[in-house]
Amino acid sequence: MHKQVAMTGNDAGAEALKDVNPDVAAVFPITPQTELMHKFTGYVHDGVVDTELIPVESEHSAQSACFGSAAAGARTVTATSSQGLLLMAEICALTASTRLPVVMPVVNRAISAPINIHCDHSDSMFVRDAGWIQLYCEDTQEVYDTVIQAFRIAEHKDVLLPVMVCLDGFIISHTMEGLQIIGPEAAQKFVGEYDPAFSLLDTATPISIGPLHLAEYYFECRRQMIEAMDQARNVIVDVGRQYGELTGRTYGHTESYRLDDAEVAIIALGSTCGTAKVAADRVREKGIKAGVLRLRTFRPFPGQQLAEIVGRVGTVAVMDRSVSYGQQGGPVFHEIRSYTSDGPQMISYVYGLGGRDVFTRDLEGVFEELVRIKQSGDCGEVFRYLGLRE
Amino acid sequence: MPIGGIIFESGNSHGYVTGGWRTFIPVHDREKCISCLRCWILCPDSAVLVVDGKMAGFDYEHCKGCGICARECPKKVQAITMKLDEGS
Repeated sequence: MHKQVAMTGNDAGAEALKDVNPDVAAVFPITPQTELMHKFTGYVHDGVVDTELIPVESEHSAQSACFGSAAAGARTVTATSSQGLLLMAEICALTASTRLPVVMPVVNRAISAPINIHCDHSDSMFVRDAGWIQLYCEDTQEVYDTVIQAFRIAEHKDVLLPVMVCLDGFIISHTMEGLQIIGPEAAQKFVGEYDPAFSLLDTATPISIGPLHLAEYYFECRRQMIEAMDQARNVIVDVGRQYGELTGRTYGHTESYRLDDAEVAIIALGSTCGTAKVAADRVREKGIKAGVLRLRTFRPFPGQQLAEIVGRVGTVAVMDRSVSYGQQGGPVFHEIRSYTSDGPQMISYVYGLGGRDVFTRDLEGVFEELVRIKQSGDCGEVFRYLGLRE
Repeated sequence: MPIGGIIFESGNSHGYVTGGWRTFIPVHDREKCISCLRCWILCPDSAVLVVDGKMAGFDYEHCKGCGICARECPKKVQAITMKLDEGS
């Protein structure tokens, strides 16, 4: 049932979509996502899936098509990056607030200007308040696994929110790795038949979607969405556990690498965690008790869980591959800090913008810096850059 | 409250009274009316009432007083006139 293959992240995303066989897919290209949907349209063309394909004229139309399709009770997908995500952003807000469980791989790419096609997290961070669940993948295996789980999370009756599956542009999307795939039978059994909460095509239950709400009702409608996000916390863990029972790979909100006895730790999203794990192993040989806390779920933010681990380790560096301009450092740092007490020593690194590489030796340097901070008791400069040419 | 702001009743916009938005109110002269039904066809709010093929008056709960009916009533007939809505 489980086959070992070699694929890029984009291939893995397409493979997962193929194995789930969604009802409808809207397609519009943008580097570095293009190959994901391109591969998938090949499956449609070859009759490997039954998906109804809607090639559209822009990402705004792609998300609009997804909105309409999902509102009609169809299991719907699309994929995008960077400016494409920004262009569709106004409709993304609607997809989430109309509680439509669309699944969308986002291949993380820097936003313009200047134009940059390489990896950073500024695109998905730009829309972090849209109401979409956001899950970050470390490697191609996780892309495949998370896309499949995304349907169960999105469609869960306590959630009914769209899911963004984020993967680092080029670093994961275009890099070939070995992974295990479970095939269409197992994937479709796992995601189950789609039972929409409502549908415009259900003529027995006529509904109006997207009406006007005046001040009397809008606030309560949004409050429901807040609660759905909160409920997603447990659903994500539950689905991740069930997926682990099926495949041996269990998922939750975070992944702890050598954290049990760690005295210093790096916290990051995505592929950088792979580099950080290697760096942790190397400095461990030098006697530094280093660990890595990989954050998988960014929305809903598992603040309590992170604060607990940060408090235990005591001295951490939070890596942000995006910036909230006007706020020093980046979103991950600030969101964690809003949950921690004054105790732990936390420093922020902004790194990797526009695809600037982060090397193992850079992260080893971060661990060594954290040791100095722990010993001296003084964080020094809290907000730093990694890999910036000054 | 249903999720996503979705409305689960069909046709419930009928229950939302918009008649209070009027400044002018159409008045129907039955004597002059020839029931050509131009007013009924052209009313943007479906506020002209027709019974047995005859023009039967206005749904004042939903008429917004736009005056299209009065304007489109044939000039030789002029069975509808707009008056300032004094309210009730």
